[in-house]
Amino acid sequence: MSDLDAFRAEVRAWLEENCPPEMREPVRGDEDICWGGRNWKFQSEAQKLWLERCVAKGYTVPDWPKPYGGAGLSAAETKILKQEMARIGARSPLNSFGIWMLGPALLQFGTEEQKVDYLNPIARGEIRWCQGYSEPGSGSDLVSLQTYGEDKGDHWVVNGQKIWTSYADKADWIFCLVRTDKTNKYQGITFMLFDMATPGVTTKPIKLISGNSPFCETFFDDVKVPKTQYVGEINRGWDVAKYLLGHEREMISGGDSAGELVSLGGALAGVLGRNEAGQLDDPILRAQLAAFDVDAFAYRAMGERFIDMWKTGRAHPASSNMMKYVGTELNKVRHELVMACGGSEALEWDSPETKGGARPRAWLRTKANSIEGGTSEILLNVVAKRILDLPGA
Amino acid sequence: MPLYHNEDQLMLKDSVGPFIAEQAPVAHLRQLRDSDDATGFSRDLWAQFVEMGLPGMLVPEAHGGLGMGHIEAGIVLEEIGRNLTPSPFLSTSVGAVAALAKAGGTQAERWLPAIAAGEAIVALAIDEGSKHRPDRIATTATRAGNGFRLDGKKSFVLHGHVADMSIVAAKTDGGITLFAVPKDAKGVTADPRRLVDSSLASHVTLDGVEVDADAVIGEVDAGGEILDALLAAARTGAAAEMVGVGQGAMDMTVGYLKERKQFGRLIGEFQALQHRAAHLYGEMEVARAAVMKAQELLDQGNEGAKLMVSVAKAKAGRAANLAVREGVQMHGGSGMTDEYDIGLYMKRDRALAEYMGDVHYHTEQVARMSGY
Repeated sequence: MSDLDAFRAEVRAWLEENCPPEMREPVRGDEDICWGGRNWKFQSEAQKLWLERCVAKGYTVPDWPKPYGGAGLSAAETKILKQEMARIGARSPLNSFGIWMLGPALLQFGTEEQKVDYLNPIARGEIRWCQGYSEPGSGSDLVSLQTYGEDKGDHWVVNGQKIWTSYADKADWIFCLVRTDKTNKYQGITFMLFDMATPGVTTKPIKLISGNSPFCETFFDDVKVPKTQYVGEINRGWDVAKYLLGHEREMISGGDSAGELVSLGGALAGVLGRNEAGQLDDPILRAQLAAFDVDAFAYRAMGERFIDMWKTGRAHPASSNMMKYVGTELNKVRHELVMACGGSEALEWDSPETKGGARPRAWLRTKANSIEGGTSEILLNVVAKRILDLPGA
Repeated sequence: MPLYHNEDQLMLKDSVGPFIAEQAPVAHLRQLRDSDDATGFSRDLWAQFVEMGLPGMLVPEAHGGLGMGHIEAGIVLEEIGRNLTPSPFLSTSVGAVAALAKAGGTQAERWLPAIAAGEAIVALAIDEGSKHRPDRIATTATRAGNGFRLDGKKSFVLHGHVADMSIVAAKTDGGITLFAVPKDAKGVTADPRRLVDSSLASHVTLDGVEVDADAVIGEVDAGGEILDALLAAARTGAAAEMVGVGQGAMDMTVGYLKERKQFGRLIGEFQALQHRAAHLYGEMEVARAAVMKAQELLDQGNEGAKLMVSVAKAKAGRAANLAVREGVQMHGGSGMTDEYDIGLYMKRDRALAEYMGDVHYHTEQVARMSGY
């Protein structure tokens, strides 16, 4: 038996022993997702137990080094862990912008002290982070951001406004791009970290077309940030931000390909109905579902290949842009088809029978997929220039 | 296994890529076409394939081959696709070998070593109408004397007029049976037709063709599984070749965007073209991953392979088709000329798209296999 086979057997046995049965049920909605943080209220004892057991094993961040709360697994071992978790339908023990975004940035740019101090609470689900990037006047043109940190010797005084801050109202800390030099566009931004409980920080949820409010406006009014709380170098935060956008795009692209293959056409057969031959009732819709499933199965293989290559440094550094573009466009198509199959029932906005309009709200939510974290158009620009090396601005 | 090429596979790519690019670039196809070559490929080039051990890549070592897998065969096919190289590799070394290796027995012993040694070209006589419908084979094999009598018409038989042996799928009393029909069998007529991509494919007529009982590949009535193995291999191989065709077309087109000037600027500076090129890149990458996944599952003997093979053939078909259509359009008037190569990519893609089931056929298969 090879080392990896032995590892697989060990992981399988551990999961069998430690993953509570409730945590092997499919996620039914947002309430089943564990985000952690100071104010987190566990939905069930099983959710709490599952997080604690994974934390003890380093499995919330399996490929991080052990001193920072991880399990120190290789890319191949991490893949096996994910496959084995998917095999039994195990839920993610912890969802976290700290894991997906800040963590990779700290691992790359942080000091040893920062890694120990910030990564461990992320791994344990104790501190929930949010990301302060976009501003009302700085969306795709992010580098034009205006939130300003005035140098006061041992601290900055930060004033300005962020927008589209995911879960800012629930987060404990923020990683935030702040202008610290107004004379230098790219080399005048600092990547700061501060507590959302600092005086002068306020949040206001934004109501979206889905009727839900996963995003906030975040206001900074004379917020004092100690001049120790930044990542990388002062005025070189854009380097960190660019690196991190790669990870954000990796995350949004949903590179998870370990679970069982489920076709959309098969999943919607119960909704749409079948004809006497057992095929979906509407032949044109069936054809569109089949075309989607070809794309989705193929993209899943792409997700597996992308992660295998990304984690071992083989991927083109800009390839996460392509992944995010293809993945989010595909997800929008998925939800158009879900709506088409659902018919008039899928229009119901708040009936208990439709779980409060889960389908139309999810459908509308997906429209943000190709906007947040870089619009599809910006991503295509990046692919054209950095991967295809096409000329121009 | 990670879904990227390992060191050995990269070494194979590094040796096969330059070999094909030097010995059989697009100019080689043009030369065969313009001389109205009657064989459909160059025997000299095939001899060089033999020297490199390529025809027997998939042949088990016990039969004199290299015992490699579909990922390795795919590396060769991608380079064949990128260079539009005419070659019997796909039908002989991939499709036929998969069937013979699956079946074992007399015919495997007879033909696998010959294929590995480069002494046999094998054609696949599966299709009958103008569309791929392997579930509706009408060619019959009836028992006669010590063997069988074959009657029927086959179409789209690549290399059918020069093959040393053709694998013929026929209906028998209790199912499908595959037969190894040798070149000189009486009653076989191969009528080669020049196709849009300059390849030669035959209409094959089987008129009372008598074969011995041992011409059966595998067991009588049990050819379904062997045919499935043949189809899975040939489809995956065609998909890999299409990835090569699409990649070749895309690279050529992106290159053109960087040299062609209009309005005093390189046309590659225009965002309208940049976005389309970038979109194409994404589709090609996804197709490549799907094909690699199908190859991996086939090599593992995984039961999920069949679904992924159809996904790969459909996705590669769509991506390569996009690549050649965008290629011709972005080349502008030049793309319409015979002088530029991009049109040849469009033609080869059209033929490969049809081979062993087109996008629509395989999309339908995905729906069926997914239970809807």
